[in-house]
Amino acid sequence: MYEHDVIVVGAGGAGLRAAVAAHEAGADVAMVSKLHPVRSHTGAAEGGINAALQEGDDWELHAYDTMKGSDYLGDAPAVETLAKNAPEETMNLEHWGMPFSREEDGRVSQRPFGGLSYPRTTYAGAETGHHLLHTMYEQVVKRGIQVYDEWYVMDLAVTDEPDPNDRECHGVVAYDVQSGKIEGFKANDGVVLATGGPGQAFDHTTNAVSCTGDGHAMAYRAGAPLEDMEFIQFHPTSLPSTGVLISEGVRGEGGILYNNEGERFMFEYGYANNSGELASRDVVARAELTEVDEGRGVNDEYVHLDMRHLGEERIMDRLENILHLAEDFEGVDGLVEPMPVKPGQHYAMGGIEVDENGQTCVSGLYAAGECACVSVHGGNRLGGNALPELIVFGKRAGRHAAGDDLGEPEIRTGYGDDVEDETDTELPVQPGEAGLDTTGGVAADGGVTADAEGVLERTVETARERVDYLMEKDEGVQHAEIRAKLQRAMTDYVNVFRTGDGIREALKVIRECRQEYQNVYVDDPSRTFNTDLQQTIETRNLIDVAETIALGALVRNEFRGAHWRQENQIRDDENWLKHTLISWDDGEPSIFYRPVILEGENKTYEPKERSY
Amino acid sequence: MSTQQAEPESQEAPKDPEMQGAESPAAETQEGDGAVDQTSTDASELDGETVHIKVFRYDPEVEGKQEPRFDDFHVPFEKGMTVLDAVMYARDEYDSSLTFRHSCRQAVCGSDAFFVNGKQRLGCKTQIADLEAPVRIEPLPHQEVVKDLVVDMDHFYDQMHTVEPYFQDEDTPAVDDLEEQRQSPENREKIKMSSRCIWCGACMSSCNIAAGDNEYLGPAAINKAYKFAMDDRESEEIKEHRLRILEQEHGVWRCQTQFSCTEVCPKDIPLTEHIQELKREAVKKNLKFW
Ligand SMILES: Cc1cc2nc3c(=O)[nH]c(=O)nc-3n(C[C@H](O)[C@H](O)[C@H](O)COP(=O)(O)OP(=O)(O)OC[C@H]3O[C@@H](n4cnc5c(N)ncnc54)[C@H](O)[C@@H]3O)c2cc1C
Ligand code: SF4
Ligand code: FES
Repeated sequence: MYEHDVIVVGAGGAGLRAAVAAHEAGADVAMVSKLHPVRSHTGAAEGGINAALQEGDDWELHAYDTMKGSDYLGDAPAVETLAKNAPEETMNLEHWGMPFSREEDGRVSQRPFGGLSYPRTTYAGAETGHHLLHTMYEQVVKRGIQVYDEWYVMDLAVTDEPDPNDRECHGVVAYDVQSGKIEGFKANDGVVLATGGPGQAFDHTTNAVSCTGDGHAMAYRAGAPLEDMEFIQFHPTSLPSTGVLISEGVRGEGGILYNNEGERFMFEYGYANNSGELASRDVVARAELTEVDEGRGVNDEYVHLDMRHLGEERIMDRLENILHLAEDFEGVDGLVEPMPVKPGQHYAMGGIEVDENGQTCVSGLYAAGECACVSVHGGNRLGGNALPELIVFGKRAGRHAAGDDLGEPEIRTGYGDDVEDETDTELPVQPGEAGLDTTGGVAADGGVTADAEGVLERTVETARERVDYLMEKDEGVQHAEIRAKLQRAMTDYVNVFRTGDGIREALKVIRECRQEYQNVYVDDPSRTFNTDLQQTIETRNLIDVAETIALGALVRNEFRGAHWRQENQIRDDENWLKHTLISWDDGEPSIFYRPVILEGENKTYEPKERSY
Repeated sequence: MSTQQAEPESQEAPKDPEMQGAESPAAETQEGDGAVDQTSTDASELDGETVHIKVFRYDPEVEGKQEPRFDDFHVPFEKGMTVLDAVMYARDEYDSSLTFRHSCRQAVCGSDAFFVNGKQRLGCKTQIADLEAPVRIEPLPHQEVVKDLVVDMDHFYDQMHTVEPYFQDEDTPAVDDLEEQRQSPENREKIKMSSRCIWCGACMSSCNIAAGDNEYLGPAAINKAYKFAMDDRESEEIKEHRLRILEQEHGVWRCQTQFSCTEVCPKDIPLTEHIQELKREAVKKNLKFW
């Protein structure tokens, strides 16, 4: 057994920032990550970091844009915390040596991004995430923080009181990918989950193969609700063949979208008469699919993004990476021809419910970054707002876990007297009817009520039994088959355009996947670097996460942000200014709601029609 | 595709002493490996058909795999298919024990550097259509093989850490100070290429000097140091401290400008040039010459 004060699970932007903050607060901190830190998906971020740095801009404008962008589903205390702290945190990266792009006078450059009323996106070429990830990893190395890399975290060690609000998290169980050894990691002060997004629930995604929602699923099974999972951002410009992202920076710099008739459709068909290509992402994604559906798509599949007119010099200066991506992954030379693009799954606005200090309702359990929902993005994230979230809330979670007092949070978590109970939406399948088997099943229950070490030992034991079971079983279904089926169903039915019938269909398929998973087995008999085993466990997590996405999408019978419902194409503020929460209750998802907080420090954000 | 084609056929790896377990296979035979044999085809002609890949297999734990070998897979070819797509297909459809690192699929996580047809390349960035078939896919040479295409990266990471890869400056403004350090666009441009390294290890694997001298810092670590040493935001004293690390016995002077690192770097970093520039800096600063 390993023991530390704070255990950070995941070493992307959020995890690294949390670890540095916990270290600075005096804690003995360790990071446990299934990938070496520099392999984390934060490295793929391209466009930039929003922060009100310049004169003429201020945090209140940033907060306002974010609330509007969120379609009034962001919680104001979280949004304001983000906007207020982003400048300091961004400058902090500069002080740590991050190579931001520069103006002639040597100051960091900022550029316009969709949905922003001021060009406040700070960037490092079109490789912002790469530089951010490496700069922060360098700080972890500098401080000598212990990193257990290529250790896969399987479960959380949590006490099993009936009410999640009474539970406590004492650590994690992980296995060393290289040797297969399964061990407990005791966290004396807290566990911070920073495991990134769940993009692999879909089959056309900009997310890395490692983005399997592990943290979401572990927290969910431990009793922390998942919040607003239906809000999935589909990025309007991903390459059709692979899903590789073409940064919003291209449109920020003046790139133009055309349909197959060479029309600038964002204006031509009135999708966004003011902002055109720079309308927020949900608006552009829907516009593109409408073009394709109405027969104006190229090859019935995508549209064109043209940046040729920007000129080689500007492209090389600010978007060089885009040229490489288009060339290497689609065989297109962006200097001489337009690039094919279509919407792809990109970002999960929802996630593990936390307050402004990063804490969940389970004491000692924190979450930060894309796996968490604090909630700053509400129904739709603005480009450039995820990276500041990682550093602002990663830092807060790390500090709080290490024992720093950050004050009472305004956001509440867990089931409480301020929530509204389940609606009467009819579900197509009985949730929870499969998956109670703890050895091979989808749902493992918590630990037992005991001292911290007892809880941890028991969880380690369960994990070992489960792995033995999967390894010893020599026939059944392979994870790849289940995963492919799940991804297909999500892309077919829970995509940009959604219908109640489609979502019900998806839920049925997800339930089938759950059932098939009861019979899953691992073919590779080796304990050495067994990726078959790892992916098998990840697939279980994807099933749990996909189910919450589809359930959230089914119950939210309105149109808000990225969530479009055919039956109800209007935003229904009267009934839906509230967060969807889904918690795992005795092997069954249960749904409840908490009102959104629109009161900020100095003002209340009045929901307005979003127009761009 | 017939099921017969789908089944991987195993084949003993050529009897090469280097192949015995610990070391990666092609260490000594870089030139010859991947050479086109009589029956090879241009993969780009294979649209709608299958592409033949030969994948190195080894597992210290599994009886049949302790002796390194190559497995043959015939994967349906699609336009735009990369080497990574092909091995993923082989794993998901034919043999789930086939093991390799990968994550981003977009040349930024640096985890899928393989030895493909005799050259270090990123699997995700290499189009199958640009290669001669059968496509031979092996782990990076000069590194210990953990299993199949997975090599032990610890030594590489250790070397990266040796050069103190973090920004150091006494004069850095306080954290809550909103004022940035100024850096000219020209200076940023100067360090730009060096800052692109994704720690894939291809350069280190291709370097003959690194292969013979385990203590040699190697191209990636030296390049990492270059990024800091050339950044005007760090002070002159720190730059000197960095040059001292670099000009030590197993530092920049070991480089014999063979350019193999520069040739394989998937991020087009002019590694050899950077190493040369650092040598010149060290001379200029009158540092000790080994
Ligand atoms: C292509 C792309 C471009 C983007 N561009 C921008 C942009 O320009 N601006 C912006 O603001 N946002 C952008 N985003 C969004 C933003 O980059 C991500 O939301 C963010 O990087 C996620 O960071 P993270 O730290 O939460 O997770 P990640 O960086 O994904 O890190 C997750 C970590 O968790 C670890 N992990 C996961 N599961 C386990 C487990 N079971 N056990 C142990 N470790 C585990 C992984 O190893 C990894 O270290 C972009 C996203 C994508 C996909
Ligand atoms: S310098 Fe190039 S080849 Fe070497 S590790 Fe970095 S990216 Fe890879
Ligand atoms: S998979 Fe990330 S570099 Fe190839």
